[in-house]
Amino acid sequence: MSDAQTQIPVTVLTGYLGAGKTTLLNRILSENHGKRYAVIVNEFGEIGIDNDLIVESDEEIYEMNNGCVCCTVRGDLIRVVEGLMKRPGRFDAIVVETTGLADPVPVAQTFFMDDDVRTKTKLDAVVALVDAKHLPLRLKDSKEAEDQIAFADVVVLNKTDLVTPEELEKVEATVRAINPAAKIHRTQRSGVALSEVLDRGAFDLSRALENDPHFLDAHDHDHDHECGPDCDHDHHHHDGHDHHHHHASDIHDVTVKSVSLRGGEMDPKKFFPWIEKVTQMEGPNILRLKGIIALKGDEDRYVLQGVHMILEGDHQRAWKDGEKHESRLVFIGRELDAERLRKSFEACQAA
Amino acid sequence: MPTVAPLDLEGHCVAAVFLNDVPHFALADGAIHRLDNGHKTVQANDGLLAAFHDAANDRLITGGEDGKVFAVKAGGEVSELASAGRKWVTSIAAGPQGAIAYASGKTAFVRFADGKIKEFVHPRSVEGLAFSPKGMRFGVARYNGATLHFPAAEGKPVELEWAGAHTGITFSPDGTFLVTTMQENALHGWKLADGKHMRMSGYPGKVKSLSWSAKGKWLASSGAPAAIVWPFASKDGPMGKAPLELGTRGNTMVTCVACHPSQEVTAIGYEDGMVIAARFADAKEVLLRRPGKGAITSMMWDKEERRIVFGSAAGDCGVIDITA
Repeated sequence: MSDAQTQIPVTVLTGYLGAGKTTLLNRILSENHGKRYAVIVNEFGEIGIDNDLIVESDEEIYEMNNGCVCCTVRGDLIRVVEGLMKRPGRFDAIVVETTGLADPVPVAQTFFMDDDVRTKTKLDAVVALVDAKHLPLRLKDSKEAEDQIAFADVVVLNKTDLVTPEELEKVEATVRAINPAAKIHRTQRSGVALSEVLDRGAFDLSRALENDPHFLDAHDHDHDHECGPDCDHDHHHHDGHDHHHHHASDIHDVTVKSVSLRGGEMDPKKFFPWIEKVTQMEGPNILRLKGIIALKGDEDRYVLQGVHMILEGDHQRAWKDGEKHESRLVFIGRELDAERLRKSFEACQAA
Repeated sequence: MPTVAPLDLEGHCVAAVFLNDVPHFALADGAIHRLDNGHKTVQANDGLLAAFHDAANDRLITGGEDGKVFAVKAGGEVSELASAGRKWVTSIAAGPQGAIAYASGKTAFVRFADGKIKEFVHPRSVEGLAFSPKGMRFGVARYNGATLHFPAAEGKPVELEWAGAHTGITFSPDGTFLVTTMQENALHGWKLADGKHMRMSGYPGKVKSLSWSAKGKWLASSGAPAAIVWPFASKDGPMGKAPLELGTRGNTMVTCVACHPSQEVTAIGYEDGMVIAARFADAKEVLLRRPGKGAITSMMWDKEERRIVFGSAAGDCGVIDITA
């Protein structure tokens, strides 16, 4: 986009009540990081900071009148963002805190589907806070907890001091099973470096996958785990876990699965109609999709991402010398037919 | 030739109006500027989000981020009318009998001329507000339709249903029709006597500006590369009729419309800051202002039908004199 420079980045903060969102928000508002944040919250709650730029807003989910059930937006965000952007000089970025039970999808879709919001702001990343101790319980009683993890770009696995190392391993494996593409941080008292949650560019096609050079490495998904000072886990024990990538998780109470696909160079005449069709047909089941595609006869890497039926793609950069021209694509969602996706994906490869 | 007296301000102009024939400009930072023998300024809201010209009392009602409602009169008199708490006041309307309405979250408030305040709580957010021409009713635009209240009387409100999010609302000057702007690129209308629906769609963008022509014969709207003007003179409104498309331009969108007080002419403001006037009968256009720095956000004609005050998103505001 030509006006990319003027678009204000927006970070979406999800997580169950008690997961540590307020602690993280207070840090964002009070730490000396040289940036000013406007924060949109559902309730002022326990944010003990007096700041003109904390806006209270009622979560208001609007279905778009276009016959698509998954096309939902947050009506209140449209209004608040529009209001804030009438005086854009006051802040450098926006943080949206959602309620514990919130579905992150309408929040994210607002930044793609509303023209006014889209021209003035850009979604930076969706950050999910997870209470390491209570996640197993949360997954039992709500679909939302799972959705929040599945949808996240960054997962802050918080309150690690309240669980044993074994429990922590298990919880992290669960998070990985739900979302193999997210970056996970283990923390206590939401003590993650703010640079790891803010200004990530996770939805920026030119940056998104650069942050993660091992994106979708099938045999080592432990690479992007960044250890905090409290981290004492074994860095190599995950090697046996890559079966999570290709079929539904054997972990109880997990209904989201991811399908990772790999192939060679794609025939653009086959690939684009295919991905369009998949997102049209399977849109309601797809929470997120991300991919790097090698197109036959194209000097550039093609990157794409999607949320339900919304699909965005662009040329990112030239393939480097010696870089393998391969295509990788991950779907995170429910009721995905991995075998059918794999076969039809592979059928799009250039002859 | 029309002449433009510019007033370059810093910030987004929410409303440009005449109060006692003096041009006033309400900016998003809450400053109210006026050209009253020189440039003068008073302060209203701390963060101004919505403004409505109260024609009956010749004042501007404003609401904002501070949760307050102010009345601004000619000469710079600013008074606080109400405070809705810590939530933003996002919509404002005024009726003919001194009543005003304002919205905060899911609640619509009506403040009567005597200062008494009545609350109307809705299941969903109150998006837009409007009083009927005689002020007996007021309408709320909301998710999946509109609600009509009778503020001075007890009794059940009238619910008008239409799927989708309705963001703005206006009554026709004779009270026959109710029209809403929608989150999708369309208007929706109801004939109030029988509840008959009117769908007005086909806009490439969201409609944010509506203006009724003299006697309510036409409704002009933004949201397209031309001003879309719907015929409302017959008893069924625009149903089965094509709208006029006035001032079509290839490379920009209409962002603001303001119909002439007595003639079938509308002022049209564009995203690039240009302003023209166009006549309904023959689509004849007159250039009033060349493109500027920001989209036109607000316009109003004066009583003598000689001048147009305009504001822009970038703060380059001014007054056009069409007779000079």
